Amino acid sequence: MPAPLLRMAGIAKSFPGVQALTDVTFEVAAGEVHALLGENGAGKSTLLKILAGAQSPDAGTITLAGQPISLPSPQAAQALGIITIYQEFNLIPTLSIAENVFIGREPARFGLVDWRRMNAEAKGIIAQVGLELDPRRLVSDLSVAEQQMVEIARALSMQSRLIIMDEPTSALSEVEVLRLFELIRALKVRGIAIIFVTHRLEEVMQLCDAVTVLRDGRLVGRAPIGELSVDGLIRMMVGREVERLFAQRPRVEAGALALEVEGLASTGDPMDQHATSLHDIHLTVRRGEILGLAGLVGAGRTELARAIFGADPIAGGRIKVAGEVLTLRSPEDAIAAGIGLVPEDRKQQALFLSLAVRNNLSIAALGRLAGRFGFLDSAAEDRLIKRYGERLSIKMASPEQAIANLSGGNQQKVVLARWLALEPKVLIVDEPTRGIDVAAKAEVHQLLFELAESGIAIIAISSELPEVMTISDRIVTMREGRITGELPAAEASEERLMALMTLRQAA
Amino acid sequence: MSRSSVDQAGAAAADRQVDLFGLLAKFAPLIFLLVLMAVFAILQPRFLSSLNLFNVMRQVSIFGLLAIGMTFVILTRGIDLSIGSLLAFAGLVAAAVAKGGLESRFAVGAGAEAAGYGWPLALVAALGVGVAAGALQGFAITRLKVPPFVVTLGGMSAFRGAALLFAGGGPISGFDEGYRWWGQGYVGIVPVPVIIFGLFALAAHVVLRYTHFGRRIYAVGGNPEAARLSGLNVDRVTLQVYVLMGFMAGLGGFVLSARLNSAEAVAGLTYELTVIASVVIGGTSLFGGIGTIFGTVVGTILIGVLLNGLVLNNVSSYVQQIIIGVIIVLAVAFDTFAKSRRRRV
Repeated sequence: MPAPLLRMAGIAKSFPGVQALTDVTFEVAAGEVHALLGENGAGKSTLLKILAGAQSPDAGTITLAGQPISLPSPQAAQALGIITIYQEFNLIPTLSIAENVFIGREPARFGLVDWRRMNAEAKGIIAQVGLELDPRRLVSDLSVAEQQMVEIARALSMQSRLIIMDEPTSALSEVEVLRLFELIRALKVRGIAIIFVTHRLEEVMQLCDAVTVLRDGRLVGRAPIGELSVDGLIRMMVGREVERLFAQRPRVEAGALALEVEGLASTGDPMDQHATSLHDIHLTVRRGEILGLAGLVGAGRTELARAIFGADPIAGGRIKVAGEVLTLRSPEDAIAAGIGLVPEDRKQQALFLSLAVRNNLSIAALGRLAGRFGFLDSAAEDRLIKRYGERLSIKMASPEQAIANLSGGNQQKVVLARWLALEPKVLIVDEPTRGIDVAAKAEVHQLLFELAESGIAIIAISSELPEVMTISDRIVTMREGRITGELPAAEASEERLMALMTLRQAA
Repeated sequence: MSRSSVDQAGAAAADRQVDLFGLLAKFAPLIFLLVLMAVFAILQPRFLSSLNLFNVMRQVSIFGLLAIGMTFVILTRGIDLSIGSLLAFAGLVAAAVAKGGLESRFAVGAGAEAAGYGWPLALVAALGVGVAAGALQGFAITRLKVPPFVVTLGGMSAFRGAALLFAGGGPISGFDEGYRWWGQGYVGIVPVPVIIFGLFALAAHVVLRYTHFGRRIYAVGGNPEAARLSGLNVDRVTLQVYVLMGFMAGLGGFVLSARLNSAEAVAGLTYELTVIASVVIGGTSLFGGIGTIFGTVVGTILIGVLLNGLVLNNVSSYVQQIIIGVIIVLAVAFDTFAKSRRRRV
C-alpha cells in the first residue's frame, strides 16, 4: 500500500464532560474516495473539525504527504490544500459567484479589485465543474446543487489536495447526485482525495473506495469497500452489545386512539433553510402508549414534532386528537387541544434563563391560574409548583431560584412539569435526556413511563437508539422527511433500526 | 442521598456568590443616586431646598411616565424612539380640544376659557392620540414584521411632522385653571405630576409582578421562541406593550402642556434618549426579560437629579447632552457585562 496522503494518528479530543475522540487513527490515500461513517455522536464531526483547523486535538499527530503538519486555524488548513465543504454552505448569498470563488484573494490591479480578470477566471473555474453560468450572478439566485458546485469549484481553485464533503447529497435530487458522483470521480483522477460523510449507505457502496467507521469516539475499523456488505457496515456502526441500561416498564394495554396524523406534509420552519420537508406522514398514538421516533440527523423528526405542535405551518394532511380534527395556526391552538412539546433545544426553545423556576414552570398554565382582574391566583400557583416540584422531585432552593442555576436534569424536569400542569392528552418529547447526567436520565425515563401509565400518549424522539428502544412500546423510523418503517419495540434491534434509518428501500 | 445534598450545597454556594453581585447590580443605581445627591448638596446648598427638590421631582415626573411605558417596551426586547414626537403631537391635540379649536389658539386669558371643550375631553383626546399611534406602530411591528427600531424611528419623524402640520408650527397657549392643575397644581405640598407619576409607577409595579400580563411580558422578552412554544401569543403581547407606551406618551404630553400652560410642536425633543437612558440605568436589560419599575423610578430620578445639579452648577446644556450620551453607553456596557457574568454561571 502506498504511503497515505493524510494520516491522523492517536487523535484525542475531549469537551467538558465528554470524551469526543479517543486514540483515533485515520488514513486517506491520494485519489481515494473515503467514507467516514458513524452514528450521531460517534465523533465524525469532531474529527473533521480538527482536520479543517476549526478545533485542535488534545493529542495525536497529523501528517500530510509524509510531512507533519499543524492546523491551528481554518486558514492554515486551506493553505495546505485541505478544503471542507460544509453541509450548510459557506457561501455568502448576497455576493456574486465570482466574488465567492475569490473571496479574500481577489485578483487586484494597483490595489483595486480587477473585476474583469476576476469574472473571467471565475468563469473558467466553474466551467471545470460543469457550470455554465454568468459568474456575476448572485449566489442567492442559484439552486442548492449549483451552490454546491460553486463550493467545489472554489475548492479546486485553491489547489486542494484533500476535499472533505459533509453530507453533500442530502439536499440534492437523484440526477444531481449522479452529476456530483461524476465530478467526484473526475477529481479522483486528478489525484485529489475525498472524505465523504453520508448517512446513505448505498452511496458508500456505489462511490467510495474505502471506509472508516467510528463509534463512541473510537475507531471501529477501516476496510476497502470490496470486503464489505451493507449489513457488515451497519454492524460496524452499531457494534456494541445492545445493553438495556434501564429496567423495562411493564407493557400496559394501550387505550383509545389519542393522536392521528394523516398524510401530513410540511416544508418545515420557514426561517430555517435547512429544515427537512415532510412527505405523506401517517402515524397514530394510543392513550398510554410511548411511540419512539428514530432517525438520523435531518430525518425530519423534529420537523414532524413541530408540525404536530403547530409551531411550523403544515402544507397538507390532517391531525386529529381524540378523534377531532385540529386547526393549528400556532402552538396556542395545539396546547388548547391538549398537545405539549418538550423541545429539542432546552436553552433556546424552552427555558427563560433570566427568570425564576416559578415563572418557568407556570408559564403555560397561566390561563388556569386566573384570579380576578387579570391578577394571578398566587395561592393556586404555589400549590401547582409544590405539587409538580414534589411529583418530579425537582431539586431547587425555592421557586424563586433562577432556573439558570439548576442542573440540566432539573431544568428538564421543570419543562416537563410545565406541560404536566396542563394535563395534556399528547406529550411530544424531543431529545428528552440530551445533556443531562445518567441518574437524571433514568429519572426522566421513569417519569415518562408513569405519564404513559396515567393515560397520556407520548411521542419520544431520541438520537440514541438504546434510549428509543428502552422507552418505546413501538418505534417508527424516518429518513429524509418520510416514514420508512415501524416495529414493535420487542422486535427492534439496533441493526434493524439502523437499516430502516439509512436505506432507501425499507429492509 | 449524599450526592444530592452535595449538589444542593454547591448550588447554594453558587447562589450566594451570584447574589452578592446581583445585589450590587440591583442597588448600584440607588447608591449612585445617593452619592450624586450628596455631591450636589455640598457643591450647591440650594440643591437640597424643598423648593428645588420638588422642582426636580416635577420635572422628573413627565420623564417618569414615559419611562414606565418604556420599561414595558424594553422588557419585551423592543424600543420606542417616537415618544418625544408623540408627546408633542398629543399635547397639541389636547390643547386644541381645550381651546375649542385652532382658531382660538392665540387667545390667552380669561376670554378664551369659555370657548373650549374643557380638560376632561382634552385628556381623553391626548390619550386617544397616544393609544392610536401606539397601536399603529405595534401593528407595523407585529404584522409587517418591521423591527421596532425602524418603525419607531419612522414614528419619530412622522409624529413630529404631524404635530408641526397640525399646529402650523406655532404654540397653543393659555389654558383654564382645571387644565393647568394637572401640571401646576398641588395636593397638600406635593405637585400633582409627582402624584400621577407615583400612582402609575405603583400600578405598573403591580401589573408587572402580579398579573398575567406582567408574566407574559417577562417571558416574551426573556425568550420569544420559548414563549411561543409555551402557547403565548407573542404578537398580542407586543402590540399591547406599544399601545401602553402610546398611552403613557399621550398622558405625558397632556401633563407637560398643563405644566407649561402651552403646547408646542417642538416639545419633547430628545426625550426618547433621556427616557431610554433612565430605564437602562435603572437596570432594565436591552436584551429583554430583566428589569423592574423600582429600577426605572430610581434611574429616572437619577437622571433628573444629574441634570438639575448640572444646571444649578452652571454647566451648559451642551455639556449635559454629552453627559447623557456617555451615560447611555456606559449603562449598556454594564448591562452587557452583567449578562456575560450571568452566562458564566
